[in-house]
Amino acid sequence: MSNVTATLKSADPAAASSNGDGIAHQLDYENQYVSFWVDGQLLGVPVNAVQEVPNPQSIAPTPKARTEIAGLLNLRGQIVTAVNLRKRMGLPDLDEDQDSMNVVVRHEEESYSLLVDEVGEVINVSTETLEPVPHTLDSH
Amino acid sequence: MKTRMQPIGNAWSKLPRLVRDLSQVTGKQIELEMSGEETELDRTVLDAIKDPLTHMIRNSADHGIESPEKRRAAGKPEIGKVKLHAFHEGGHVVISIEDDGAGINTERVLRKAVSNGLVSDADAGKLSHNEILSLIFRPGFSTAETVSSVSGRGVGMDVVRTSIERIGGTVDLSSTAGVGSGVRIKIPLTLAIISALVVEADGESFGIPQLGVVELVRLAAEDRDRIERIHDNEVFRLRDRLLPLIHLDQVMDLADNEEDDEKDVNIIVVQVGEEQLGMIVPEVFDTEEIVVKPVGKLLKDVAAYQGTTILGDGRVIMILDVSGIASEFGNVAASASDADSSSDANADRDDSATSLLLFDAGGETTMSVPLSLVARLEEFPRSSLEQSGDKLVVQYRGDLLPLLPINGQFGGGESPDPQPVIVFSEGNQSMGLMVHEIQDIIEERLIIRMQSQRPGILGTAIINENATDVIDTQHYIIQANPEWFATREDHGTRRVLVVDDSIFFRQLVRTALESEGYRVVALERPQEAIDIIERGERFDVVVSDIEMPSMDGFSFAKWLKTRPESDGVPVVALSSVNPLTTEPRALEAGFERFLTKFDSQQLIDTIDQLCGEVTLVAGATA
Repeated sequence: MSNVTATLKSADPAAASSNGDGIAHQLDYENQYVSFWVDGQLLGVPVNAVQEVPNPQSIAPTPKARTEIAGLLNLRGQIVTAVNLRKRMGLPDLDEDQDSMNVVVRHEEESYSLLVDEVGEVINVSTETLEPVPHTLDSH
Repeated sequence: MKTRMQPIGNAWSKLPRLVRDLSQVTGKQIELEMSGEETELDRTVLDAIKDPLTHMIRNSADHGIESPEKRRAAGKPEIGKVKLHAFHEGGHVVISIEDDGAGINTERVLRKAVSNGLVSDADAGKLSHNEILSLIFRPGFSTAETVSSVSGRGVGMDVVRTSIERIGGTVDLSSTAGVGSGVRIKIPLTLAIISALVVEADGESFGIPQLGVVELVRLAAEDRDRIERIHDNEVFRLRDRLLPLIHLDQVMDLADNEEDDEKDVNIIVVQVGEEQLGMIVPEVFDTEEIVVKPVGKLLKDVAAYQGTTILGDGRVIMILDVSGIASEFGNVAASASDADSSSDANADRDDSATSLLLFDAGGETTMSVPLSLVARLEEFPRSSLEQSGDKLVVQYRGDLLPLLPINGQFGGGESPDPQPVIVFSEGNQSMGLMVHEIQDIIEERLIIRMQSQRPGILGTAIINENATDVIDTQHYIIQANPEWFATREDHGTRRVLVVDDSIFFRQLVRTALESEGYRVVALERPQEAIDIIERGERFDVVVSDIEMPSMDGFSFAKWLKTRPESDGVPVVALSSVNPLTTEPRALEAGFERFLTKFDSQQLIDTIDQLCGEVTLVAGATA
């Protein structure tokens, strides 16, 4: 899993720094990101990794598993592991009356659903604007 | 999981050739059309359907497709078609085989069934089209009027159906006279279909594989007190077996439901290795046939789960791995894994730890007793203790339980209320030892460091880095009930093998011998003893019970005498049966001595003597 979030975090500064940029790269899937908000922070995952963005799903909890694993959901017969990004990133829990949204991503032949607050647009990010993750951020 | 899936085309690869050969042999013109070869199936399933599939293609080609002349006459193209198609359909793979032949002649099927005695004449008229078709699957049915080299040898569709059903699939047959027939096989994607018990804890459902479930015990609310406690662990006496209990909501870290005394208790008795374990679940639903789906990478390392599944209503539930859950409970898991690796799961090995019950004997002295000797722990209100003669008793389970104070006197000023009592019992006899406070249960290798001169104390051992007196349960038992047993120096590393099916005597002998400095291996069954001797374990003396369920002491002694490695090792019989009739037989079987249960001093004297002899005679102590 750490890999998925790694992709995510590395995409994070890029996504955040590139609002409204790169209309010229419309068909450039390499540099397109699905953006979403987690606790007020805009993050993104490469559009190629995203399988779908379904409606809020009922999630079967998996006690005993790591806390960031919210549970499993049934996506048309496919079992998908839901990862609570707020927990994973050490952020406070979402208000109880708010439903998380799902961003289902594929990683190494498996599907994961990232639980996010809100899903944004697909945005283009030019490769030139990508900057490495500042090394003051810890490795995950 | 992924690697187990293979395209169904692998099982089909030989079919075109089969059909080509068939058309040559039969002189028919047959074309095989295949589609959906890429449909993936579990390899085991694939292997299982290979032969039935071949058989059915043969059937279609041989029985179904007519000869070119007949086809021409019927206005059909001369080339007959057999279509093979595979596709996914809701968790299943459907394989259909269709031919455009003559269809199944239901009249002939019926006639044949009647002549084979499968249906009576009277019933024959009432059968529907589909019912007639299903006759084909009955054992001993074959309609081919001529037995050809390709089919119609009586190994019919019943075999096909049996092999499909074995992997959880179904076969359906359809036929329209003159137009053709079709077979539809529906098989599960994988063989991972299990029957599971669906339970609920804290509003979440879980599946428990039925395979591990021994029985369900429902304890009515008023019988709740039958759940007893040994320290913090709950146990339940189920048909004279002590069943350790765990709460599903606790082991799964779910919100701790307030214990509702009004509710019945559901105990699921599960088998973990050699042990049984009772799991208390708030709610038990039904059993369901479920398809086990593997859990994702993130959940693989969670021992409590075996997989996951989607129920009929679309809910995802986790399938519990009972042995994984049990492994969180040290004892059960340790013995369960022992059971996997070797057969001496029940051996109280000499280097293994003994569970000891620690209690406060008053006056700030901590004493201990091997837990295996303890039957129950009870608390009685002081007011319920009664005097009977010079003895103290308490009414307990419709009987009188003789009580003895640990420190010899009763009625000190600071006696606890309620009074904690350690109950020892064997058979129908019990006695209670009144202690100041039950403290703990610990696992420690019991080594008596100092022999005791005080009555009732075996000696002193170092437990939890504190000197702790180990009590001599015999002393108290005899005081409380002199007829209980018609009724105790350093020996280096002499090894004694004790075989007795009663854990009580095993522990008694073990305690007695260990306190004398012997190293003791105590086993429940002779077979376990044979196993470890065959693995090269050597002993100086063997002490064996005579009456044991699986193999009696006589056979065991005889076996010992036939083995070079154990011949010459003295065997002592320790029995409660009548010595007059049994002793001669025991001596004949190869026992050196015959002792009655249980006089520990006599046993120790005998073993001292025998060990001395062995050293003098042969030095057979390897």
